[in-house]
Amino acid sequence: MTPAADSGPARKDRTSPADDAGDVTAPPGPAPQPKNRRFKSVTGTRRSIALLFLLPTLVLLGALVVYPIGYSVVRSFFDQSGGSFIGFDNYETLFTRADTKAAINNNIFWVVLAPTVATVLGLIFAVLTERIRWGTAFKLVVFMPMAISMLAAGIIFRLVYDQDPEKGAVNAVWVGIHDTFAESSAFPKAHPRPNAPLAGKSGGPYLTKDPVKAGGNVLLPLVGVAADQMPGGAKPAKQATSAPNKVTGTVWQDFTLGKGAGGINNVDSTELGYPGMKIEAVKGGKVVASTSAAADGTFTLPASADGARLRLPASNFEEAYNGVDWLGDKKFFTIHLGGFDLYLNIVTTSIMVAYIWMWAGFAMVLIGAGLAGIPRELLEAARVDGATEWQVFRRVTVPLLAPVLAVVLVTLMINVLKIFDLIFIIAPGATQDDANVLALQLYRSAFSEGNEGLASAIAVLLLLLVIPVMWFNMRRLRREVRR
Amino acid sequence: MSTVDESVKAKRSIAGRIGEKVSGGVLQFVLILIGALWLVPTIGLLLSSLRSTEDMSASGWWKVFSKPSQLTFDSYASLLENSDITRSLVNTALITVPATVLVIVIGSLAGYAFAWMEFPGRDWWFLIVVGLLVVPVQLALVPIAKLFGDIGIFGSLIGVILFHVGFGLPFAVFLLRNFFAEIPRELLEAARLDGAGELRLFVRVVMPLGGPAIASLGIFQFLWVWNDMLVALIFTDTDSQPITVALQTQVRQFGNNVDVLGPGAFISMVIPLAVFFAFQRQFVSGVMAGAVK
Repeated sequence: MTPAADSGPARKDRTSPADDAGDVTAPPGPAPQPKNRRFKSVTGTRRSIALLFLLPTLVLLGALVVYPIGYSVVRSFFDQSGGSFIGFDNYETLFTRADTKAAINNNIFWVVLAPTVATVLGLIFAVLTERIRWGTAFKLVVFMPMAISMLAAGIIFRLVYDQDPEKGAVNAVWVGIHDTFAESSAFPKAHPRPNAPLAGKSGGPYLTKDPVKAGGNVLLPLVGVAADQMPGGAKPAKQATSAPNKVTGTVWQDFTLGKGAGGINNVDSTELGYPGMKIEAVKGGKVVASTSAAADGTFTLPASADGARLRLPASNFEEAYNGVDWLGDKKFFTIHLGGFDLYLNIVTTSIMVAYIWMWAGFAMVLIGAGLAGIPRELLEAARVDGATEWQVFRRVTVPLLAPVLAVVLVTLMINVLKIFDLIFIIAPGATQDDANVLALQLYRSAFSEGNEGLASAIAVLLLLLVIPVMWFNMRRLRREVRR
Repeated sequence: MSTVDESVKAKRSIAGRIGEKVSGGVLQFVLILIGALWLVPTIGLLLSSLRSTEDMSASGWWKVFSKPSQLTFDSYASLLENSDITRSLVNTALITVPATVLVIVIGSLAGYAFAWMEFPGRDWWFLIVVGLLVVPVQLALVPIAKLFGDIGIFGSLIGVILFHVGFGLPFAVFLLRNFFAEIPRELLEAARLDGAGELRLFVRVVMPLGGPAIASLGIFQFLWVWNDMLVALIFTDTDSQPITVALQTQVRQFGNNVDVLGPGAFISMVIPLAVFFAFQRQFVSGVMAGAVK
């Protein structure tokens, strides 16, 4: 392992026993002997030179990172203009105002859901790719989105989530699946002419004005389906051949494009049938028989339809299913917690999917590195003992990976806490309030609303949330530095 | 006893082999599907950027598979004639390159000092720097905007560069100090015996040996700055804005500006993707080490 791969969070891959062993052999606390040797022999540097090497870093960090911490903490206790001290009022506002509450609500779901899903996916991918020859190619594909900006990813997903099923990929697939399982109606715009034998309010159902008789032939003319919207299987309409003891008829488009030829309420060969149109015979409010039309628009009903009126149910005329508004504000669920409602809405969820698309690769690569460090013999031993693959995964692999999984999860949580670009780009103006998060609210408070007090309070809240990680990093490093 | 064992083993291995074949096929299929799922959004952007605005407003990008004649470089051509966009691309480079070089140089100096020089409270100072690793960028936006306004560099390239250097340093110092500390003492001692001064030791011995870590750091910082939108959104004006900021102004009217956003986003991705494919190893170690940022 090169030192480069050995630093940062990756360093945590090494299980702690190695570190502990180091601590056992060396007495706790600074070990003066090696320390002195190391420094005297090599540098013996004057302090002024050390200061010279450190000066640029200390100045820049002091001015750009440390000073803002102090400034924000102090500023968060002052009002919008900065003129008067208002104590914790900004923090109270943070938990009471609608937009900041929405931001906190969404941040909670972001921090809990997005890192968990990304880590679980990363774990699954890492384990599965170990078993195939082209695992590296797969990893490359999944890891690639890490290289691009959140702005580019945002634009990519704006295209993916386009509401129009003709343009947005997700809705195209969604509507396709929906229409496969739920029969779509083919004639959303079809309706009878005013003087037709059918009547009913716009959108159906349409009912024949008179009862039908067995042996009779019924004509059900409609108009209004555009030529390019006609179902592909439609054939020229035909007059049905009447049969005794049966009710027969034709349902068709009583209109010829450009020609207007033929008579109104007359079946002409230039006109098309309505294939699949559903027809019900209704007697005393009950459906006594039903059928659907053939390609040429003809249909046949049994004798039981005698004396009934024919109805074209509204399901024939429903507007086409238009998919889901993926960037809308619909809530999946709401949990009432005292004065605070926790809810998850669809726009936040959709943006989380984009985030997971970007970061699952990160989890996969880190977990993959951890996986490579697991001794094969341990897995083999479990298999020889008769454990199934699932048991090996559940009882051996996952527990051994626990430290890596924790690192990945924590890293992603910190990352998600500060999510800004994706929401700024993906959420359209109409639902940006619903997709709000703390980092976005900070930006808005500071630079649109001009309320630096509130913005500083949000900044301090973000800092407080990462302080446990800061403390953990420093503690872990203190041990390593002293070794 | 042993024969029973063996027959059981044999039985299991035949059944096991068949099972493996089947599940292997299913596994491959599932992974191909997932891989495709991961690629589709990016392919969608690429194909969208290669279609005219009229085609884009009429139908989805997948229509090019049935109508390849729709493919055109018109959007790219007009984008590269758009001086706002080209200037912002130049700005992106003008911000990213200095911000990366400065972080490497300044971070190396400090990393070396923390690793090999002796001064009071050294380890504590280093711990403080590491603690700053996770400070959210957001915290500094308001105060630094004020500070830069006071000293007159708000809206300039220098301001953004400085900001990125400041927030890049904790990671740089952390990574490089750990790497430099692993340099064998004998090497440094030998150079010292040859009469090398502190600066010479640093430039001729430490920096070259730090190559791998510097590469990881450089790639991470380069991508971080190149891909940044938030910092530039606040600290640049229309003359100094990078491509990310220039593009985000178009997002509010997404449908109307697809001809700019599609190719613009793709052009902004080209360099990061090239870096990704060319330096996979360093990219992985850089991203893995620096992701806490």
